[in-house]
Amino acid sequence: MRQFDFMGKRRLAFITSAILLLIALGSLAIQQLSLGLDFTGGTLVEVSYATAPTLDTIRETLQSAGLQDISVQTFGTADEILIRLQQAFDPAVGQQVTELLRATGDEVSLVRAEFVGAQVGEQLRDQSGLGMLVALGMVMLYVAFRFQYKFAVGALLALVHDVILVLGAFSLFQIEFDLTVLAAVLAVIGYSLNDTIIVYDRIRENIRTSRIDDMPAIFNDAINQTLSRTLATSGTTILVLLALLILGGDMIHNFAVALLIGVGVGTFSSIYVASALLLPLKLARTDLIPAQKENEDAEELP
Amino acid sequence: MLNRYPLWKYLLILLVLAVGLVYSLPNLFPADPAVQISPASGGENLSESQLDRVQSALADADIPLKSTERDPNSVLLRLDSASDQMRARGVVDGLLDDDHVVAVNLADSTPGWLKSLAASPMTLGLDLRGGVHFLLEVDMDAAVTQRLEVNASAIRETLRGERIRYRNTEIDGRQLSMDFMNAEDRDEASNLIRRDFPDFSYEDVEAERGATLAMTLSDQAVQEIQDYAINQNLTTLRNRVNELGVAEPLVQRQGPNRIVVELPGVQDTAAAKRVVGATANLEFRLEARPDTPEQETETLEFRSSQRTAALMRDVIITGDSVSSANRSFDENGRPQVNIDLDGTGGTLINRATRSNIGRNMAVVFIEHKTRDRTVMEDGKPVVKRDPYTERGIISLATIQSALGNSFRITGLDSPTEAAELSLLLRSGSLAAPIYFVQERTIGPSLGQDNIDRGILSVQIGLLLVVAFMLLRYKAFGVIANVALGINLVLVIAAMSMLGATLTLPGIAGIVLTLGMAVDANVLIFERIREELRTGLSVQQAIHAGYERAFTSIVDANLTTLLVALILFSIGTGPVKGFAVTLSLGILTSMFTALMVTRAMVNVTVGGKPLKKLWI
Repeated sequence: MRQFDFMGKRRLAFITSAILLLIALGSLAIQQLSLGLDFTGGTLVEVSYATAPTLDTIRETLQSAGLQDISVQTFGTADEILIRLQQAFDPAVGQQVTELLRATGDEVSLVRAEFVGAQVGEQLRDQSGLGMLVALGMVMLYVAFRFQYKFAVGALLALVHDVILVLGAFSLFQIEFDLTVLAAVLAVIGYSLNDTIIVYDRIRENIRTSRIDDMPAIFNDAINQTLSRTLATSGTTILVLLALLILGGDMIHNFAVALLIGVGVGTFSSIYVASALLLPLKLARTDLIPAQKENEDAEELP
Repeated sequence: MLNRYPLWKYLLILLVLAVGLVYSLPNLFPADPAVQISPASGGENLSESQLDRVQSALADADIPLKSTERDPNSVLLRLDSASDQMRARGVVDGLLDDDHVVAVNLADSTPGWLKSLAASPMTLGLDLRGGVHFLLEVDMDAAVTQRLEVNASAIRETLRGERIRYRNTEIDGRQLSMDFMNAEDRDEASNLIRRDFPDFSYEDVEAERGATLAMTLSDQAVQEIQDYAINQNLTTLRNRVNELGVAEPLVQRQGPNRIVVELPGVQDTAAAKRVVGATANLEFRLEARPDTPEQETETLEFRSSQRTAALMRDVIITGDSVSSANRSFDENGRPQVNIDLDGTGGTLINRATRSNIGRNMAVVFIEHKTRDRTVMEDGKPVVKRDPYTERGIISLATIQSALGNSFRITGLDSPTEAAELSLLLRSGSLAAPIYFVQERTIGPSLGQDNIDRGILSVQIGLLLVVAFMLLRYKAFGVIANVALGINLVLVIAAMSMLGATLTLPGIAGIVLTLGMAVDANVLIFERIREELRTGLSVQQAIHAGYERAFTSIVDANLTTLLVALILFSIGTGPVKGFAVTLSLGILTSMFTALMVTRAMVNVTVGGKPLKKLWI
């Protein structure tokens, strides 16, 4: 099987990562995230039709008028319609929507227009931030316990790297960030961590079994050995995501985008961030020592 | 011998599989959107001829009927889709006169034997199916009054401590006024209070007898109280309707003083109201001493009996300080209720109880209800809502020691009483009273077209994974795909048991989990291939493949599981829900990869003298 020299190109990879991180952080600092209706709140308009309309026509009419992030639902009866828009509330919005709908020739009257708050409160935002920090801390502890603290540093940096790049991409291209995308980002964390640990596991195994002390060579071996697995898993995941992206429609489009970026970045980072960082951290065989400990370890595993 | 399982392992796998099948099955029978026609009070059920007319009218309107069911009290028309349901309701309502009530409903279609096992399908989310929409109004005036009452109690406490005599306190709108014997007392009190309560503007009012101090809340303070009240209520409602985070409701503020709550998968508003829960409030107060002057006490009835008790007017804390309440048992196995308070609540209750050990403390439950009243206005009947409140003591217990942030109520008669009390305490944790002002059923927020596209993409995604595994691992791909199917069944079963709601992104998430769940199998299969390349025999390679991949799988999954558990314990709402789904996915995929595929491999090739493995 062909062996790729992954570690030989690590400088190039570090530079690429650093540039991407700078762009991502810069974009996040300058233009932030384009938050969706879930986070910002918006306007709610209730209209009443003389005869029951088709909801798809309403959606198309409003969308072609340039209104963003609309949800249209029947409200109680078929001719009362509830519309949620991302637009910040101003008293004229209700009238504006009603007129747009009247233009299609229907008899429409405005029942009310009011602002609606975010679907997620500040509490969620604060708690998620805190949760994330605690989660990262626990992961570090766990990895430090199962492997060694240098591995923990690598895994943590890889995670942070991936999350920043996904968020950065959403900020850079001003793709709408809603609750679904938040779920995708959390999934990226799971995916990337999974990937990193699998590579780490092989590195640990190879360090213990090999006789040489040439770390880059050991890393290369480990990554090459897990490469077919990495490609198969990210392959199936990307297949699903492509199907969701191309065929899935508006609702899951951004979800798929976030995950596609995340899976790509996560695979890259498990090799070039998590693993390659172990070299400057000067990982040595003695870190995963000693011979007697190895035996103990082997015994405790069923 | 290599690659053989003992019988109990096979039995265990079969058992898990059977349970999974039973609890995932109801999802093949989702609730039908239906229109229910029942006679108006005291009327006759729909006659056959009327039903014929309804059916032909629906046929004319091109609305296909799935089935018609008739029981002594109503007629149920089952339909195919939510959009048909709304139209059908319009048609039927137009056709029938006032003798019949036409309502939309979601008709259960789970077979009886499944229902008897408590199996039920997942509910469909607001995006796919719609649900119930409630508009609640927060009583802002009451929020201000409540705050003033708490302030008045604290002020009286301070004055008593400084031995300044006051006569009467009165609350009117945003003003709190206090009567004193003379101007000196008042000035002394005013100097004392000013420091601690900067939110008020103070004004001296000369009365005929004595002197009065009028304290008015500033606009900014009122605004802050109201914002606090509505935000606190939003949080409480969110937690109430989405305890595990998998219910996918919508709770948002609407306008300055209203809250929208939308619950998926229900169209019966009475049932949904129970989920939203009591719109109640609590007050913790001390019982009056026999020598307490009468203007400082208030006599209230118990909720459960005719008994009454005289309580102090002073309110120690209100329900919004209660962050949680649940029942448990004490060392001797007697039921008790544990209460946790927030920081300020803890400080207040500590201050009040520390000097009152041995006295009784009461918890007063205040329920805000409305009564509908029809009045004639311009010749038309208009329904007016009159709010009224019901107060009752739910617990009167002796203070045994100074209380802090968490304490317990003991001396309860039965576990049921403890359960009820903790429920009341939890439901009373609103910062201000709320009233239901509107209730409607709402349709799905996604168009049918969008839903169809989403479902199609998910199916294709799943097919692609199956095809990929078959191509890459051939015979072992079949095994992996069977495991994938089992995994799907188990995830659906677990989510149905938890009462999760299925939204379109949720479905996408499940399929994504499956795409990632093949990872464990991929790891094992790749390792087997590797071991075969190093020249191990078939049986040894299989054994070594599973053995060596085990650490990787366990390490990788445990780390992710750890993240999920932390997100669950700290997160709220959707973050919590995501953590639940993620953990379920990890557990089921570990089970299927490590146990189920191994069992299948053992049964098919285990121990057989094979020369080559089709992998």
